[in-house]
Amino acid sequence: MKKQFMTPLIIFGLLVVLLVVGLMKAKYVRDVPSPLIGKAVPEFSIPTVEDQQKVFSNNDLKGQVSLVNIWASWCVSCRAEHKLLNVIAGQGIKIYGINYKDELPDARQWLAAYGNPYVKSAHDITGRAGIDWGVYGTPETFVIDKNGMIRYKHTGPVYQQDISEKILPLIKQLQAES
Amino acid sequence: MLSIPVKKNGASRVLVLNSILFFMLCLLPLYLQAGPRGQPKEPIVFENPQIEKDYLELSEELRCLVCQNQNLIDSNAELADDLRREVAKMLKQGNNKEQVTEFMVERYGDFVLYNPPFKVQTWLLWGGPFVLMFWGIFALLQKVKASKEENSADSSALSEQEKAKLQAILKNK
Repeated sequence: MKKQFMTPLIIFGLLVVLLVVGLMKAKYVRDVPSPLIGKAVPEFSIPTVEDQQKVFSNNDLKGQVSLVNIWASWCVSCRAEHKLLNVIAGQGIKIYGINYKDELPDARQWLAAYGNPYVKSAHDITGRAGIDWGVYGTPETFVIDKNGMIRYKHTGPVYQQDISEKILPLIKQLQAES
Repeated sequence: MLSIPVKKNGASRVLVLNSILFFMLCLLPLYLQAGPRGQPKEPIVFENPQIEKDYLELSEELRCLVCQNQNLIDSNAELADDLRREVAKMLKQGNNKEQVTEFMVERYGDFVLYNPPFKVQTWLLWGGPFVLMFWGIFALLQKVKASKEENSADSSALSEQEKAKLQAILKNK
């Protein structure tokens, strides 16, 4: 084949490779990489859903490995993952909640109906804490280490596979850290 | 819609009217579905035109994280509204555009910017078009040069063989 025809063909081939790689990655496109990983949890202090006289603040997250789960009663996929959260909470994993843009009675009713896996849940009615946590879609789950640093973020509902392959091993690893 | 040929008798006219009515009824759910739901929120009001300008510019440059192909000003998502209000609030508190942008990037990463910064990860994005352009210009120049040489070679003096051929033709005349 003539050389002058080869050049466009090679360029076309490279473009195809580029687009195929892009499409293969498209599955994860919604996962915006969080710039918060490796940083301290944002500062906040918010009354809890359970008791408006008490607060949940970033200081509660120091000294232990924990999960922070962003949830809402209006969030359908939160319901999908809720059973799993109940199960791992029963296994002794500390889960803290941030109740995102929810009415208090709705949130309480939801916890009463589906069980409460949370140590406590902050009632973030305005969603302002959500912005500080970089929340763009509930549910979101963060893994926090003993120093109160964010080490991992999962966007969307967690499934059994995410728990057993990623989150639990990470928690074990973080618990072993001094 | 009315381009259907209508026979001029009563029965078919009723039929046409009925179909139109039915069609409009079909559209009714769309009308009911459209439009905002719930309490309308307080509009964002600016007293300072400069701040308003900054606000509009930022809302165009920042991406809505929920509907990822829209910017803040285009998006009706709840989060976009929250972020617009946050932008407005920060500007009113005296933050400049860079500070607001930094605030967003700290929380949502470079992804929130429609104008991504020049970095190691983005050099292809920014540099690619220029690389392609220069490569195109270079290729074009090469081509032009090559064809010029070819042309000049063609038009230059005839080879010995050609001269002989030409003489032969002229003699035969």
